[in-house]
Amino acid sequence: MTMIKKLLTSAVASALMVSGAQAEISDNMVKMGYLADMSGTYRDLAGPNGLKAMEMAIKDFGGSVKGAKIEVVSADDRNSPDVASSTVRRWVENDKVDMIGGMVASSVTIAATKILEENNKLGIVSGSAASSITNEHCTPNHIHYVYDTYALSIGTPTAIVQEGGKTWFILTADYAFGHAMEADVTRVVEANGGEVVGSIRHPFPTPDFSSFILQAQASGADVIALANAGADTTNAINTASEFGVTQGGQTLAALVLFLSDVHALGTDVAQGIQLTTGWYWDMNDETRAWSDRFMEATGARPTMVHAGIYSSTMQYLKAVEATNSDDSQTVRKYMMEHPINDMFAKNGRIREDGRMVHDMYLAEVKTPEESSGEWDLYNIVRTIPADEAFRPLSESKCKLVSM
Amino acid sequence: MSMIFGVPVAVLSGQLLIGVINGAFYALLSLGLAVIFGLLKIINFAHGAMYMLGAMVTVIMFDALGVNYWVALFLAPVLVGVFGMLIEYFLLRRITGQDHIYSLLLTFGAALMIQGILTNIYGVSGLRYSIPDLFKGGVNLGFMFLPYYRAWVILVALIVCFGTWFMIEKTKLGAYLRAGTEDAQLMQGFGINVPLLISLTYGFGVMLAAFAGVLAAPIYSVTPVMGSHILIVVFAVVVIGGMGSIGGAIITGVLMGVIEGLTKTFYPPASSAVIFLVMVVVLMFRPAGLFGKEA
Repeated sequence: MTMIKKLLTSAVASALMVSGAQAEISDNMVKMGYLADMSGTYRDLAGPNGLKAMEMAIKDFGGSVKGAKIEVVSADDRNSPDVASSTVRRWVENDKVDMIGGMVASSVTIAATKILEENNKLGIVSGSAASSITNEHCTPNHIHYVYDTYALSIGTPTAIVQEGGKTWFILTADYAFGHAMEADVTRVVEANGGEVVGSIRHPFPTPDFSSFILQAQASGADVIALANAGADTTNAINTASEFGVTQGGQTLAALVLFLSDVHALGTDVAQGIQLTTGWYWDMNDETRAWSDRFMEATGARPTMVHAGIYSSTMQYLKAVEATNSDDSQTVRKYMMEHPINDMFAKNGRIREDGRMVHDMYLAEVKTPEESSGEWDLYNIVRTIPADEAFRPLSESKCKLVSM
Repeated sequence: MSMIFGVPVAVLSGQLLIGVINGAFYALLSLGLAVIFGLLKIINFAHGAMYMLGAMVTVIMFDALGVNYWVALFLAPVLVGVFGMLIEYFLLRRITGQDHIYSLLLTFGAALMIQGILTNIYGVSGLRYSIPDLFKGGVNLGFMFLPYYRAWVILVALIVCFGTWFMIEKTKLGAYLRAGTEDAQLMQGFGINVPLLISLTYGFGVMLAAFAGVLAAPIYSVTPVMGSHILIVVFAVVVIGGMGSIGGAIITGVLMGVIEGLTKTFYPPASSAVIFLVMVVVLMFRPAGLFGKEA
């Protein structure tokens, strides 16, 4: 009997210890994982420089939280959900990783966040676009920080339809992100009185777009929209310019365009293209000051994703410090309760579905005459207020949103 | 407008032409592979990297030294060809006579290293390179807008392909080459420098890839990873045509471009797989490829 009693007491005691442990930093160490495409199509918009942004934030934070050391591990997901799954599993199950940042290809993110949910660790998604990440694929274990396809479709397509581009032809990257983008654009175009007359789902990645551009030209649509990203988008824009799309009277709409893409295209080819962005380095003194430091460290101006990685890492560490915990739910709850005010966002807030909502911007690529240097690329045309930019919770399919 | 399977004839003609243009690239690349495999029995997995180097060298020479397109069209393949010969001399020569898998692994490793180093330096967003002034613009053919540059690509690619085939199959130099690889000892006995011949052949195959790279520079995104995308397709083309068949590689290259183009019209999601589907079917019925001789 005493034996059983002893056993029970120790069981209760250890149970208490486990739950008690959540109020402190596990292993006296905050371990962060950086998962991104480090070598493929999406390398330049996040990639190695995103890791530098994360490290910059840790350094600026002081390198430790309440005496607990901050460590970073990183891996190349090669845009493969399989690679991402096995990496994330190893990190959270064996390597004691508490939080994962970066995450670019939407298919990678959806796979990674499932494993984070199983293991109750936290993910902060900065690179991905699919709005489904905080809709049908939402989990209590991740935050979607920078932008999404919903916000992108509110910006550019609305502006173009209102300027008279009524019929649309969409070239879609054939995977999770492209499908989400196509759905979001179609909704916005139709809501504004336009019509999608056709679409093509092209393989990801596609090196040669001539065949698809030709079909889009033949469709006679007012607007050819590119629901793809990275090298696919720059390839398509180059080919469209070669085949005289704009001279033929059609408008080209790049739905996801990063600073790194525009830099690669140059103002000659990209001038006048309208795009939606969550952040631009040359908006105010605060963004410029941070970007100068980033450029010193990397040799390039930051994309919105780089800025988001820095900002979210900082917010995460602040939350760990304030709660004295690296438990995912404790930290996420704290982050939801505290608005974000830094170089990345003003009055940004994280909703229960994990979506970080903040102002977005409609930008136009400068002409070669307007541009004063290789990174002087955008004019900000309009600010899209946070409440308009992201999918309202009333339309959410996320399981965490109480109706 | 008349239709074929629900697609207007005009659109279809455009797609056929685009298919021929892409096929011209496949032909040039698979030709180099076929030359290297056919004559040297080396499975050159660095071929995509050499294609990429051709394009990268073109852009880098322009940015750094202002070397224009026409000069690059000759200079870049020569430089890359010399680089290929160095690889042959210092690395590939050491595994002569070993199983094919050794040359495959060695060239694959070399390709990954070249690609990795350049990715670290230049990133993957692509380097800018514009179409030469002479070929800016295009002509409206009625069924499509044909950029002048694409017309030039077809023309020059076909000339180079035919020239290569002619040289290897019909000239004395080509006869030496073929003989040197059949029976090196005998040729050595006739006083021919066979090791040099082998280096030159590898260099020439690499030059063809680099030449395709220069042609690609103005129209495709020039990035360190551009070769890895196209390499596997080109290998499939060579397998379909018959490993080592020079003429087979050319004809199959153009044919596969057209088949891929048609797939992009009728069912785009399958366009990246269709060539491999053809490969499977061909291997089932003709294991040596369409133009290969049964071993």
